[in-house]
Amino acid sequence: MGTLNTEPNLPSPDDFYEQLIGAHRDLSDEESALVNAKLVLLLANHIGDPEVVAQALAAAREGVGSTRTA
Amino acid sequence: MKTYTNPIYPYVRSPDQDAGPVRHPVVVVGAGPIGLAAAIDLVQRGVPVVVLDDDETVSVGSRAICYAKRALEILDRLGVGQRIVDKGVGWNVGRVFFRDTLAYRFDLLPETGHRRPAFVNLQQYWLEEYLVDRANELADVDLRWRNKVTRVTPRGERVELTVDTPDGPYTLHADWLLACDGARSPVRNMLGLESEGQVFRDRFLIADIHMKSDFPTERWFWFDPPFHPNQSVLLHRQADDVWRIDFQLGWDADPEEEKKPERILPRVAAMLGPDASFEIEWASVYTFQCRRMKSFRHGRVIFAGDAAHLVSPFGARGANSGFQDTDNLAWKLALVLAGKAPQRLLDSYDAERTFAADENLLNSTRATDFITPKSRVSRTFRDAVLELAKQHAFARRLVNSGRLSVPAVLSGSALNTPDVDMDFPVGPGAMVPGAPTADAPVHGSRGDWLLDHLGGEFTLLAFGNAVPPRDVAALAEAAIPCRVVQVGGGATPGATRVEDAEGLVARRYDGRAGTLILLRPDQHVAARWRAFDAARIRAAIARATCND
Repeated sequence: MGTLNTEPNLPSPDDFYEQLIGAHRDLSDEESALVNAKLVLLLANHIGDPEVVAQALAAAREGVGSTRTA
Repeated sequence: MKTYTNPIYPYVRSPDQDAGPVRHPVVVVGAGPIGLAAAIDLVQRGVPVVVLDDDETVSVGSRAICYAKRALEILDRLGVGQRIVDKGVGWNVGRVFFRDTLAYRFDLLPETGHRRPAFVNLQQYWLEEYLVDRANELADVDLRWRNKVTRVTPRGERVELTVDTPDGPYTLHADWLLACDGARSPVRNMLGLESEGQVFRDRFLIADIHMKSDFPTERWFWFDPPFHPNQSVLLHRQADDVWRIDFQLGWDADPEEEKKPERILPRVAAMLGPDASFEIEWASVYTFQCRRMKSFRHGRVIFAGDAAHLVSPFGARGANSGFQDTDNLAWKLALVLAGKAPQRLLDSYDAERTFAADENLLNSTRATDFITPKSRVSRTFRDAVLELAKQHAFARRLVNSGRLSVPAVLSGSALNTPDVDMDFPVGPGAMVPGAPTADAPVHGSRGDWLLDHLGGEFTLLAFGNAVPPRDVAALAEAAIPCRVVQVGGGATPGATRVEDAEGLVARRYDGRAGTLILLRPDQHVAARWRAFDAARIRAAIARATCND
């Protein structure tokens, strides 16, 4: 079981960020939400490791809403 | 209904009504599928049973229609499996559609070499009728219609029942009372016991329609189809050209309005097209709950089926798990009644079946959350999964239109003897202690399937000449007898010999010369070894019966 890597890992961060925003160009909020959901599912499956996925979910949720995580 | 007329089983006055309170070893409340299965199983084990039912017929409406492979194997042992399979429609394949596109197709039984298909669909009334016929063949099933239990009073070593009949009330005593009286369980209520869980805020319409169609015999499930937008629809074929269509309606639907033919006809027509010719057989609007009792045993009152646990219908885990309850209970209760096992063996029924119920509840709740998303984001993820499933294999595994009933592997049960030979496989499908046994084609005296030869009592499945002849006799003559079924090898006096017709017994059980698999009377694995040791087998049987 692995550990979530939160150190810099993207070779070209600005390119990635541009790609990410670009993927949502001309989409409604609803369509964007769908694209984001598909992206999460694709990446989670690629990672596979349940420990890493759980740590990523916890890190994403940190500081958002109530502290309770479902 | 056009295709079925409910039989009327007459009330017959029992001699018990003219005597003082008569004591019976076992009284079953409820002549539904689970109560009847319990009664038949116990009588086949030599325990006479009284069955009380407040009605005088079988199920009105088709209700539970999907009987899983494991339930069919249990029903085979009860002597009704073949009738159900002959009348019903077998299926293995399911298709899931998202909007107007096929998202994916699944095959629940991709391998051959099993007697029974993944599922047989049959209206519940047929199944009940066959079980009643079977019960009536058995002299020791005392089936009493229009006998309504109105009071249950535990009195130490027995349970006192007040039973109302057309001739007025009478009193009965039971050493053991089996409450198989359904979701609303009057017995549970009379004892002040609870079944706890959650109610789902959604309504569904069941429409059974009669039509001639060359539609394939598969389970078809639609998420958000054009003919019923934003909701789900499920289509199943049943016997006699009756088709079950299950429309999700949402919580705000009016159940009385939705049951009216003028509301149902346009829904069905939208689905089947304007030219389809069909008639409505039966319709019902339901909500569902996921809950269970904390404990299925309360002294001498034991709960089984919907009385004990209730799941959503997605996954066919209701009746199918009920049959596994009685399959688990009957042999244990028979041993306790015969004085061959202590009462705490019945606590293992509670432990094993609450474990299985939790597994069913978890699967059922997860399917419900997928089918009925509770929030906007959960709807978004659901749709994302369905979109991805069209192209990507990984997402098909996430689509959940019901994880269809498979028997629980009782791997944590205290009745199991842990492996000592560590080269046995332990992965999914492996015959680990606690696993339900796999079927396989054989040539043998009891039939062409391995399961014909297993169960009923303890069975030792031996590969080759693993058991010395004198030990075969000793096992058969023990207080709790154990039959030896030998796969291949030279004939051994007293052992039932089967030929491994396609090599699948060896493959599915990881059997090689010397391998032994000890099976409980309910065809679950109790222990397995690579070599014979009489003392270890005796110890494992003692452990599996709480005699250790």
